[in-house]
Amino acid sequence: MRSRLYLWVPLALFAFFAGVAGYMLTQEKDQFVESAMIGQPLPDFTLEPAYPGLPGASKADFAGGKPRLLNIWASWCLPCIAEAPQLEALKAQGVEIVGIAIRDRPEDVANFLGRYGNPYTRIGGDPISEVQLAVGSSGVPETFVIDSKGVIRYQHIGDIREGDVSTLLAELEKAQ
Amino acid sequence: MMRAFVALLMALLALPAFAQDTMPPAPYAYNQLADPRMEAEASALMHTLRCLKCQSQSIADSDAPMAGDMRHQVRSRILAGENPAEIRGWLIARYGDYVSYEPEVSATTWPLFAVPVLVILVVAGVLLRRLGKRRNDAGDAA
Repeated sequence: MRSRLYLWVPLALFAFFAGVAGYMLTQEKDQFVESAMIGQPLPDFTLEPAYPGLPGASKADFAGGKPRLLNIWASWCLPCIAEAPQLEALKAQGVEIVGIAIRDRPEDVANFLGRYGNPYTRIGGDPISEVQLAVGSSGVPETFVIDSKGVIRYQHIGDIREGDVSTLLAELEKAQ
Repeated sequence: MMRAFVALLMALLALPAFAQDTMPPAPYAYNQLADPRMEAEASALMHTLRCLKCQSQSIADSDAPMAGDMRHQVRSRILAGENPAEIRGWLIARYGDYVSYEPEVSATTWPLFAVPVLVILVVAGVLLRRLGKRRNDAGDAA
């Protein structure tokens, strides 16, 4: 009798794996690639102004004083339009937001800011996604909380929705 | 008819919704390195790095702008004298093991390497026992 039961083991194993595979198929795929740079200092970088209206951005702009947001965006990115009001709200709370415009043209940047508002104190232009890769960002928009020592503390992937504003404010508070 | 025309017009107007940037690709996105040995090194590496925007392709296979920018990083770093392992390490430090198609032994991946060895050992053990038994049986019969 004992040997008979033994025969069912392969079928049970197969059913288990088929079950797991079936279950995983019903699960939504996580498309986000998180940055492994959380807790690491910002890499060294210096970017030219993305358009003539504001200065460019460099690592030095994050040194000292207070935590800041690093917003990675682009004028050709639709979710970036969606998050514009939330960036305004953060700015209204006194948050300093440094922008990095990915693969963008000065006239497009100016046009975007004219239409959807300008929450930035600086915007660096990153025409070959160099700094984006250096901080471990894999898309636009993404927002990083940088503490007063220039260390990356938190990453928000995708557009900032209304509910995310308080989370970001709390993360900024934590990064004091 | 008019309705169809308006629909077509609106669909055309909506095309910018799918627009990506209009910037030219990075210098080394589509240009090979002059030195064939360096280019071979870069190419081998690019085939084992994952495109982050199009997650089932390597950066060598993808036309996504970000994949082009990643190829530029790989080629310009090879040109600057970095070796492929360093460049892979640089990317893994930013995106985790996920970015590499070449699995490395780590806290989460060691079973991948240990299980085959274990299975081979078990199979070898079973085989040895069986063969040994058969030899004994044969010996008994003789």
